Amino acid sequence: MIHKTLETRQVGRRELMAMFGAGVVAAMGVGMTPRDAMADAKSVTDAMMKVVGDNKPATGKIKLDLPQIAENGNTVPIAVEVDSPMSDADHVKALHLWADKNPRPEVASFRFSPASGKAKVSTRVRLSKTQNIVAVAEMSDGKFYMAKSEIKVTIGGCGG
Amino acid sequence: MGKFHLGSLLAAGAILAVGFSTQANAEGKHGMYANGEIRSGYTYLTPQSKAIQNDDFQNPGMIWVDDGATLYEAVDGKAGKSCKACHGKAEVAMKGVATTYPKYDEDTKKIKNIEAQVNRCRTKHMQAKPWKYESGQLLAMTVFIRHQSRGMPMNVSVDGPAVPFFQKGEKFYKQRRGALDMACSNCHIDNAGKNARANLLSQGQTNGFPTYRLKWQKVGSTHRRFRGCNKQVRATPYKYASDEYMNLELYVAWRGRGLPVETPAVRN
Amino acid sequence: MAKTKARVKVPKSIKKGEVFQVKTLISHKMETGQRKNKKTGKKISRMIINKLVCQYNGKEVFASDWHPAISANPYMAFYVKADASGSLDFTWTDDEGKSVKKSAKITVAG
Ligand code: HEC
Ligand code: HEC
Repeated sequence: MIHKTLETRQVGRRELMAMFGAGVVAAMGVGMTPRDAMADAKSVTDAMMKVVGDNKPATGKIKLDLPQIAENGNTVPIAVEVDSPMSDADHVKALHLWADKNPRPEVASFRFSPASGKAKVSTRVRLSKTQNIVAVAEMSDGKFYMAKSEIKVTIGGCGG
Repeated sequence: MGKFHLGSLLAAGAILAVGFSTQANAEGKHGMYANGEIRSGYTYLTPQSKAIQNDDFQNPGMIWVDDGATLYEAVDGKAGKSCKACHGKAEVAMKGVATTYPKYDEDTKKIKNIEAQVNRCRTKHMQAKPWKYESGQLLAMTVFIRHQSRGMPMNVSVDGPAVPFFQKGEKFYKQRRGALDMACSNCHIDNAGKNARANLLSQGQTNGFPTYRLKWQKVGSTHRRFRGCNKQVRATPYKYASDEYMNLELYVAWRGRGLPVETPAVRN
Repeated sequence: MAKTKARVKVPKSIKKGEVFQVKTLISHKMETGQRKNKKTGKKISRMIINKLVCQYNGKEVFASDWHPAISANPYMAFYVKADASGSLDFTWTDDEGKSVKKSAKITVAG
């Protein structure tokens, strides 16, 4: 039994890795060692596995609003909205955010209820370099959705 | 308080002048954030950073304003007084004050900025210890005092007794220094609008100080910025509150004449 | 700064059923645990606010777990559906389990 769960998890992981594929390939292209890139993608995948379990997240429903280029990685404004009627029967339960190339990928998790009225949050995050922001939403019917968006970070090294 | 009346008259005149020259500004797109060719650092920000400054509930600098407001009412020192006990409501008493700072000081025969005046009041009038330069308290109070002039045009006096200090400030600004052998003017006059490494160079104005810098992740003073800009060209920075920086602050404030006080501004 | 300060903004009055935005800002360094002391070379230990919870008349309407990737002086805006007049109570909790609280009154018409 335990064995079986582990096996399905492996499959899930492979699928998730596939979703990060494009980013990994791009990182290789610009001279990053593939191992670093894989490790980054893997840690987000691991973190995501804890949330989604055996489920396979679908794309759609999530709108990630980020600047294309962040002026300073210390304070990057972002907004995330999940499309949902937010009724008792159909609402967003939780939303998770990761940044795949930060030293630690976790950014934040949010819990909503029908009393939230709207599943939208705005905040400011730290990004160590150019990377992907990954969002996963958990719906009241047990379904998962995911979205990913790249953001370029130009940290001012000058101007003490 | 006749002085304040005079101050607000001058301010009204300056607002008219700003309105006029902004229209004459070929670009005209910077609105209140420019006075002819003189442009605030705000105009060089990305829309995301502008948005943080535009909304008082997103602008982290407002936390320092709140802190300053609390300190303004707090009794401190042997005289048993608060700032408010002498000055009354800050919204009235401190309105417009920052537009005229730094200014010549009769007592010391030198240039003083807001920070220096605050510490003067603490030591002389409150018999309290001066706050350390760049401490949370002095920053919060300076932000709070300057915030009372938000939107009013900078209007420092550089005539009369201020002249020799202004000249020293200008000389400092144009003097090459450090291993890179660069003057302030090389970056902020000759190359404003161009990129220096990853940074877009502005005119290096001080109308938004103390500013919340995304890099610092907190509010910092003009002198902290001057030190940073000195270090950048690998020159030895001067001390906080040094005469050199007071004179420089006067000169830079004059460069930004007519720009609105933006404190607490948000900068990269 | 000596003390952690929080700011919140909610509309003063609103119609029942309307969804409104809540804005929050709190002063905090959000020390990541990744930085080193420049002089000693030692790692500065992690010290962040790791949780923000908002209750509306005693019921949780929004909760959030934060990691070091949340910027210093954290800002967070979210939404709440107007139900009854009363208060919105905010609680931020740090790594040591200390919390900062702030409340805002709200009047719901109709
Ligand atoms: C005992 C009365 C007293 C107290 C208390 C006091 N001040 Fe003052 N303040 C003065 C006087 C008198 C002046 C006029 C200049 C001078 O003597 O330094 C002044 C001038 C100022 C000015 C310059 C105004 C201008 O138009 O140039 C500022 C700013 C100021 N005080 C801020 C403060 C702050 C902030 C505090 C609290 C930390 C404070 N003061 C506490 C008496 C006081
Ligand atoms: C090598 C280029 C360089 C030199 C030389 C330099 N600075 Fe800067 N300065 C910068 C950069 C980069 C920034 C950040 C971006 C900007 O606002 O220009 C900056 C920012 C500033 C700001 C903040 C502007 C704002 O809107 O908040 C001030 C004030 C300033 N400099 C003053 C000075 C002074 C005074 C000197 C001379 C002591 C000086 N700078 C020398 C590069 C330079």
